[in-house]
Amino acid sequence: MSTLEIKDLHVSIDTEQGEKEILKGVSLVINTNETHAIMGPNGSGKSTLASTIAGHPRYNVTSGSITLDGEDVLEMSVDERAKAGLFLAMQYPVEVPGVSMTNFLRTAKTAIDGEAPKLRTWTKDVKAAMEQLKIDADFAQRNVNEGFSGGEKKRVEILQLELFKPTFAVLDETDSGLDVDALKVVSEGVNRAQDENEMGVLLITHYTRILRYIKPDHVHVFVDGKIAEQGGPELADRLEDEGYDRYLNVTA
Amino acid sequence: MSETTTHIPDEKARIGAPSIPGFTEEGENLSPLNEAAAPLSGDSVKGHSHGGGVGVPDSSRAGRLRSYNVEDFTPLTGREEDWRFTPLKRLGGLHTAELTGPAPKVELSGDEKVTITTVPQADKLRGVVATPDDRVSANAWKYASEAQVLTIPANAEGIKSRLTITGQSMDAAAQHIIVVAQENSEATLVLDHVGSAVLAQNIEFEVRSGAKLTVVSLQAWEDTAIHASSQQSAVAKDAYFKHVVITFGGDLVRVNPSARFTGEHAEVELYGLYFADAGQHLEHRLLVDHNLPNCKSNVLYKGALQGDGAHTVWVGDVLIRKEAPGTDSYEANRNLVLTDGTRADSVPNLEIETGLIDGAGHASTTGRFDDEHLFYLMSRGIDEKTARRLVVRGFLNEIVQQIRDEELEARLNDIIEEELAVTNS
Repeated sequence: MSTLEIKDLHVSIDTEQGEKEILKGVSLVINTNETHAIMGPNGSGKSTLASTIAGHPRYNVTSGSITLDGEDVLEMSVDERAKAGLFLAMQYPVEVPGVSMTNFLRTAKTAIDGEAPKLRTWTKDVKAAMEQLKIDADFAQRNVNEGFSGGEKKRVEILQLELFKPTFAVLDETDSGLDVDALKVVSEGVNRAQDENEMGVLLITHYTRILRYIKPDHVHVFVDGKIAEQGGPELADRLEDEGYDRYLNVTA
Repeated sequence: MSETTTHIPDEKARIGAPSIPGFTEEGENLSPLNEAAAPLSGDSVKGHSHGGGVGVPDSSRAGRLRSYNVEDFTPLTGREEDWRFTPLKRLGGLHTAELTGPAPKVELSGDEKVTITTVPQADKLRGVVATPDDRVSANAWKYASEAQVLTIPANAEGIKSRLTITGQSMDAAAQHIIVVAQENSEATLVLDHVGSAVLAQNIEFEVRSGAKLTVVSLQAWEDTAIHASSQQSAVAKDAYFKHVVITFGGDLVRVNPSARFTGEHAEVELYGLYFADAGQHLEHRLLVDHNLPNCKSNVLYKGALQGDGAHTVWVGDVLIRKEAPGTDSYEANRNLVLTDGTRADSVPNLEIETGLIDGAGHASTTGRFDDEHLFYLMSRGIDEKTARRLVVRGFLNEIVQQIRDEELEARLNDIIEEELAVTNS
């Protein structure tokens, strides 16, 4: 079993008006095989947490820690974090012109595993994973995310999740912009990856819709850079009925 | 970043379109001044949106002086439109000196069907295609005592040839090369510039009717080379000319490819790839002259820049004359800036004198290496060095793959690797 531990994390960004604190002391413990949903209104810091775990240079950690089985994640470069078993499915995957999906997937897999995948099984794995996620075969020849629709980009993120087999996956609003069919396909992909690799999941979402397909063990409600409430799956049901107003009124 | 595209495929078919003052169905009503002096006359009393005016010689690309006589060109000051980006001090005297140094050695290899002969300065083949349009080119015309003529025989297919041009002296020299692709031939020719030289060069490409000619002009000079090359082409009926410029070696390299048409339904594609390191000046100025109806042209130049004082210049002139309805043309330049301290000048010029065209567009982008690309790739475990390499190679690959010659592509990929190794050091 592996553990991702976030302790009293404070994160700020540089703005034109100076430094602005976004996360104001977040603590979380996620074990493999667990699914944690992080919910909350817009601007509450959910995506900041995701990007900070992945190591995006825009976010400055001012205090607190993130450790993976005791190893200091904040000390690791972005690629080292991926090699250590962390994966971020991005909210807005970027297009990388000139780099084909095939080349990208193989290069990344080689980097993560430390050795090149066996060509024959790799090609088969990619093809099978693409079919399950209903991604057109010709996407493999296209450049990374170039000209993909929003929904296609999200499927390709989950394709990577299935192929790279991380220990912990952070899904940053993977459900946004997906229609019901795509949501189902993507959720099945996440569930498959968890079944196969005992992956721990940190699912960041604004809506409860995706929780019908990916069942959380724990639900944390983010408000203004802090966890305002946590509980089991029943908390999500309550949010479905009541929304976030309750928390916003408290802080107002 | 700016991008402009003009596509008016249906415009000409539209009858009763709402009238815009100054426009007819055939496009903008040009000033009556033009009626008196057509662009072909060499006179250029024509207003132009890029700032020209009546009587300003550079206001239209069509009006630029062309002459075989170097004395017709006034001595350069560096303020001329076509020299304003070039550091004349680093030109090795190509614009002022007597170009009497030994011309680089020329060696033909590859398909035996291609022949090479040397003709004297006065030969009738010289000037069939080209007329110098700047002082350096005219100076080379004066001092090149002979010309090498490469002939690709009619109806020959699948020809692959290489002309290795080896510079061996730093005395300013002139060189003249003529390439004739005879009727319905199909060939790829690589002009491989190696060694070092101070060279003013004229190359003429005559692409006869039905011929398909691909030329790759590779500037793989050593660091000290100074090279100004005018590469003019005339493309006949139903012919196809692909010109690929690849420049990465030399201190100052200035290549001016141009294409005009001598028959309808001809097509040209001009591609370029350049990689400028610290201190290098790499300049490409091209002209596509749509002087006949129903021809096609496509231009794409891509460049990468790294290191202090790396300077690239790209000027793309596309001229669609009144005589060229049915033209379809597009030109673009894309630059990728890898480090601080570089400068990329990019000027796409599109002059359109008729509205009866199938398409015309121009685009230019110059962007920094995108940190979001880097973050995305690194978040998938790819280290920074490999990620940069992936992106730059991907960026340039669009041009590399135009060459369709495995050996040359492999060589270029090695060169790009070497260049990238410099960034990371």
